[in-house]
Amino acid sequence: MFDLPSPSQSTYWLIPGRFLFLTIPLLGAGLFSYIIWKRLVPLLFHSAPDFRLNSASTRIKRVLKFWLGQWKQPRYAGAGALHIVIFAGFLVLAARSISLIILGVSAGFALPGSSGTLGHLYDIVEDYTATLVFIAVVIAAIRRGVFKPARYAVPARYGKEHTAEALLVLGLIAILMLSGSLFEGSQAAFQVQQGQAAPATLPLTLAWAFKEALASVSLPLLGNLHLAAYLVHELTFFTFLCFLPLGKHFHVITSLFNVYFAKLDRGTLKPVRWGVADDELDQVKSFGVKKFDDFTWKHMLDFYSCADCGRCSDNCPANAVGRPLSPRFITIKARDYSFGHYPIFGKASNGTALIGSVYSEDEIWSCTTCGACEEECPLLVEYIDKIVDLRRGMVDDGNVPQSLQKPLKALETRGNPYGKPDKKRADWAKAADFQPSCKLKLLGGNGKSDATSAETLYFVDSITSYDDRIQSIGRATARILDHVGEDFGILGAAEKDSGHEVRRFGEETLFMALRDANADAIRASGARRIVTADPHAYNALKHDYKDLPPVEHISQVIAREVKSGKLKLNPVQDENKVYTYHDPCYLGRHNQVYDDPRDVLDAIPGLKRVEMARSRDRSFCCGGGGLMLFYEPKEDQRMGVKRVKMAAEAGANVIVTACPFCMVNIEDAIKVAGLESEMTVIDLAELVDRQTARSQTKVAVEDAGVEPASIG
Amino acid sequence: MARIFAFITHKNGLADDSAFELASAARRIDSTSSPTALVTGSGSELDAVCAAVGSSYADVWKIGNEKLTYPNAELVRKALIQVLPAGAVVLIPHNHFGIDLGPGLSVKLDAAFVSDALGIDGLEGSFLKAVRQEFGGQVSAHVRCDISSGAVITIRPGAFKPLELPALNGTVLDKSAEIGALESGRQYLGTIVAESGDVDITKHQILVSIGRGIQDKENVAIAEELAEALGAAVSCSRPVVDAKWLPKSRQVGSSGQTVKPKVYLACGISGSFQHLAGIKGNPFIVAINKNPKAPIFQVADLGIVDDVLEFIPAFTDRIREVSGGKTNAAGVGQ
Amino acid sequence: MEILVCVKRVPDTSENEIQLNAAGNDIERDDLVYSINEPDNYAVEEALQIVAKTGGNVTVATVGGEDDEEVLRREMAMGAKQGVLISDEAFNGSDGKGIATILKAYVQKNHYDLILTGIQADDGAAQVGGMLAAMIDYPFASLVNSIEVLDGKKLKVSREIEGGNKEINEIDLPCVLSIQTGINEPRYVGMKGIRQVASVEIPTFGASDLSVDEGSIGEAGAKVKRVDYFVPAAGKGAEMLTGGRQANIDKVIELLKAKGGLN
Repeated sequence: MFDLPSPSQSTYWLIPGRFLFLTIPLLGAGLFSYIIWKRLVPLLFHSAPDFRLNSASTRIKRVLKFWLGQWKQPRYAGAGALHIVIFAGFLVLAARSISLIILGVSAGFALPGSSGTLGHLYDIVEDYTATLVFIAVVIAAIRRGVFKPARYAVPARYGKEHTAEALLVLGLIAILMLSGSLFEGSQAAFQVQQGQAAPATLPLTLAWAFKEALASVSLPLLGNLHLAAYLVHELTFFTFLCFLPLGKHFHVITSLFNVYFAKLDRGTLKPVRWGVADDELDQVKSFGVKKFDDFTWKHMLDFYSCADCGRCSDNCPANAVGRPLSPRFITIKARDYSFGHYPIFGKASNGTALIGSVYSEDEIWSCTTCGACEEECPLLVEYIDKIVDLRRGMVDDGNVPQSLQKPLKALETRGNPYGKPDKKRADWAKAADFQPSCKLKLLGGNGKSDATSAETLYFVDSITSYDDRIQSIGRATARILDHVGEDFGILGAAEKDSGHEVRRFGEETLFMALRDANADAIRASGARRIVTADPHAYNALKHDYKDLPPVEHISQVIAREVKSGKLKLNPVQDENKVYTYHDPCYLGRHNQVYDDPRDVLDAIPGLKRVEMARSRDRSFCCGGGGLMLFYEPKEDQRMGVKRVKMAAEAGANVIVTACPFCMVNIEDAIKVAGLESEMTVIDLAELVDRQTARSQTKVAVEDAGVEPASIG
Repeated sequence: MARIFAFITHKNGLADDSAFELASAARRIDSTSSPTALVTGSGSELDAVCAAVGSSYADVWKIGNEKLTYPNAELVRKALIQVLPAGAVVLIPHNHFGIDLGPGLSVKLDAAFVSDALGIDGLEGSFLKAVRQEFGGQVSAHVRCDISSGAVITIRPGAFKPLELPALNGTVLDKSAEIGALESGRQYLGTIVAESGDVDITKHQILVSIGRGIQDKENVAIAEELAEALGAAVSCSRPVVDAKWLPKSRQVGSSGQTVKPKVYLACGISGSFQHLAGIKGNPFIVAINKNPKAPIFQVADLGIVDDVLEFIPAFTDRIREVSGGKTNAAGVGQ
Repeated sequence: MEILVCVKRVPDTSENEIQLNAAGNDIERDDLVYSINEPDNYAVEEALQIVAKTGGNVTVATVGGEDDEEVLRREMAMGAKQGVLISDEAFNGSDGKGIATILKAYVQKNHYDLILTGIQADDGAAQVGGMLAAMIDYPFASLVNSIEVLDGKKLKVSREIEGGNKEINEIDLPCVLSIQTGINEPRYVGMKGIRQVASVEIPTFGASDLSVDEGSIGEAGAKVKRVDYFVPAAGKGAEMLTGGRQANIDKVIELLKAKGGLN
């Protein structure tokens, strides 16, 4: 009767096993700790502050949902399934890995409880898990190496393909599974041959496969295989461990922390500098991110945590239309910069300007802040704050594209980006056919002696106030509010642009001036509630402004009034119309108002509605709002054109949207795409205004000169 | 009344249109006066110009010098101050040369300076009354200028009709010897001619001209389609070039090309005088603009208040229907 | 290189809002928005780009009053080292030559290697730069759309002439240039920058600080005076079509055929 040799008690090429397997872990763990320390250095000592310690219980719940629960993974079903298996496998096999390591110095080591029921259950689960993980990595490798899904491709300007790194890691995991299973399988085969009771190897597991395959192998050979498997496992384990922080698999370690520290409040922007209040900003000499160490430690953690999965860029509308922006590479380039400038071995080097070396200006200006990237990322990597910070840096340096300077100057002097006179801001309400149909107050913000006040403030914002086409959305919104009996008014000439895009384009000081002026006017109006039809204004008033009355979007008001029965809607006229709702980024994705607009549409009798493939939180940005309308991007196609084609593909011939910027972009796109005879677009408020059943004499619904009159 | 002089600008031996407009302006200052033409240059081209302007000017002063072959305003000024009598009134066209020459000349002559006059109301004693524009042409102003010690006046090209009188036979007086040595701190090195690009708008009979109203680079295509249907070329005003939607070679205006088409479609063009200065030959001008107050409607023959982005495609469709797909030969340039 | 840029604060005319006031003797100024004359802004940017290469400072100066300080501050926020206000009641009402005379007095108290102005301002006269140059006997070039510093003594400049052509000249320093828009892409001046220079000292020079030739300045010294503003009676203008779009189109086609523009 032979005893199965145990690694701790055997000798490997004259080296005692116990010594070897004490040394390898110590060296491995030591090297790993050193690497982790070097990786932490920029976060701890060369970064901007970031306050992420609040709301611990919320954060823990999110860790359970997004990290443990892999909540976002299934958005890409195939890759998601594979990843969940591998992730779950890592967690499940953790206990096994620890006990294996200790086995190297202490023969026959078993974790407490492993001989009981739980232990046996674990053995079963663990074997199947290892097998599933192995199958998963093989599938993943074939998928990656042979089928090469498009989102992993690396555009030429960003360097070489990352396939080698991916296959290497998959290979290491495979080796871990194989060597661990061989260790078990060889033991089982050894014991079976000797007629001993073997630890159960479950059918169709790797361990079982090895046991079967090695059934007739000689005992000495089995013993050597057993010892070799252990050595391979040990070396691979620590190689893998130390390899993790060197590339995209750093996310294996950092993901838990990245999710824990992730941003809780959507729709907001980080302050110029955490810990510096608005009125102290004069002390901050340089705004924004210009060098790498201007990023906060959490942003740097994001760079480490990127798994290079490409889901962000796959959903980025700017990327889809050929603009020079790929969110994935915003992160990967920063990560590589960090690795290069804060190396594991060698001296850290001084930071150079990021714009012009790591990032191009157009790359950073191309972003519409739609949030699709952040919505998709399984690791909750943040993008918008970084883009805004980089823009703040460029603005601080005076590096703003000429096409944006004019509207910014106009915002500064006239409170709107069009350069139109501020005193004409409320002229849209003076349209001859509008006045008699709607009571609209001018609230006290003007400081005029005939000031009136109202319960509700209708915040119009610039495009609805000044754009000839969009003014009809303003009038429709006002008529609806009037119809449902709201006591409401507008600020008129005292209203300034909400500053939403001003802030997101990095002009923080101008934004604060607009915000303060508006906040004063809003408070002076005495309104207790704010309604707007502009999702950008909605987001600004809700998140960028502080201490304001509660804000709602008109779609929420309409939905409520329809449900309560106060607002009755007439059936559609034209049976041939098929409607689809386009979710505006700042209503849908950023503020999660998806259902109210749909409920409103579904409440119109006879309205046929279809959903586009990309809807709700996967909605495709129309091209952006505010200052983005002035920016001249280099692109292959307009985002709006792509979106209009998506609507056509879904079988729709009418697009309904709830944002004035979406209206401008989509209307333009219909023309540019030459689809005027096949597609029209209408705003939700305009549609509701037209379909509203009014008992008194029919109110003249204006012809904006464009589509609304022609839509059934 | 002081002697009136008109500075003649010329190119390749041909006098510019402004030469004859200045004669007209001079008569508005003093209808009895006989202005003297001042011509600088060298060689046979100078002689040719002197002869040509002799039909509108009784006296022509020829100022010839190798260094004046190309009109360097710094040198021209030095030459002129040698020959001009005290109290002279000097008229110069308000173009890139006049802007260069006028102000400095007025200082050296210690004369008053009136810039870009587009109207002359006449004399009131030693005060000249003229009309200018300010604020980008949005308002006009009457100015009163003390010309007792002379004046330098730059005249807006095209503001005065070229003088039509029975041909004079002007005497050419050679003043070249009086100018002395010409030195200046500025040397002319050469001229870089703008690339003509693929399309020469000066050769087309019909122009579809676009302005800021086209709003976006992508919409230029709409104009191209109309141009194709009409057998026309697309030209534009300065803002379109500044925004880089079309190359400089397509710009019509004082700093761009001068065109003489039969038909000029001004689409989304406001009608600044710098733009209009590039349109000669009195074409049939059709203006389409969203703003009923746009200055273009003052000079156009036909005006339509509409959004060019809507009007042009509809117009193109109709042209195609009407012509049944045949190319419009009338529009094709020679 | 020490560069002086002469700037002016002007009303924004881009919205076509300039109108006569009720009295008819000036434009309505109440609701006007003022800012730096655009060509002057290009000139300051050009000056900043030159000193970035050659070293030196940019000074911006304006002849005006307290209200005009804001454009000086804006250009200082852009990067100009020093702002100078030249102000005195005696200067009010000066014509173009008067302004040039005042600037001459300031320039002669300092030394500048290069003096820039914008090509023209709100009155469209395009005169002060050329006049100043002649007064101080510096060579001059107008409508400059590109500047290359050759060495400490000369510049190579290009002027914008007709047809989009460029006239290339060599010009000795010190000189005066008037700058055309489009010569560069001016950097953005943010509100933050403006706030940071809000309390920087701007020296003011009056008539007694500069030895100005009294005869040409102020209203008394002006040889050219604006008598009034007016809006000329609209001429006949275009025949305006009033039909719907299709009717208008058909009318245009009909007329084009008549004019020989269509087969």
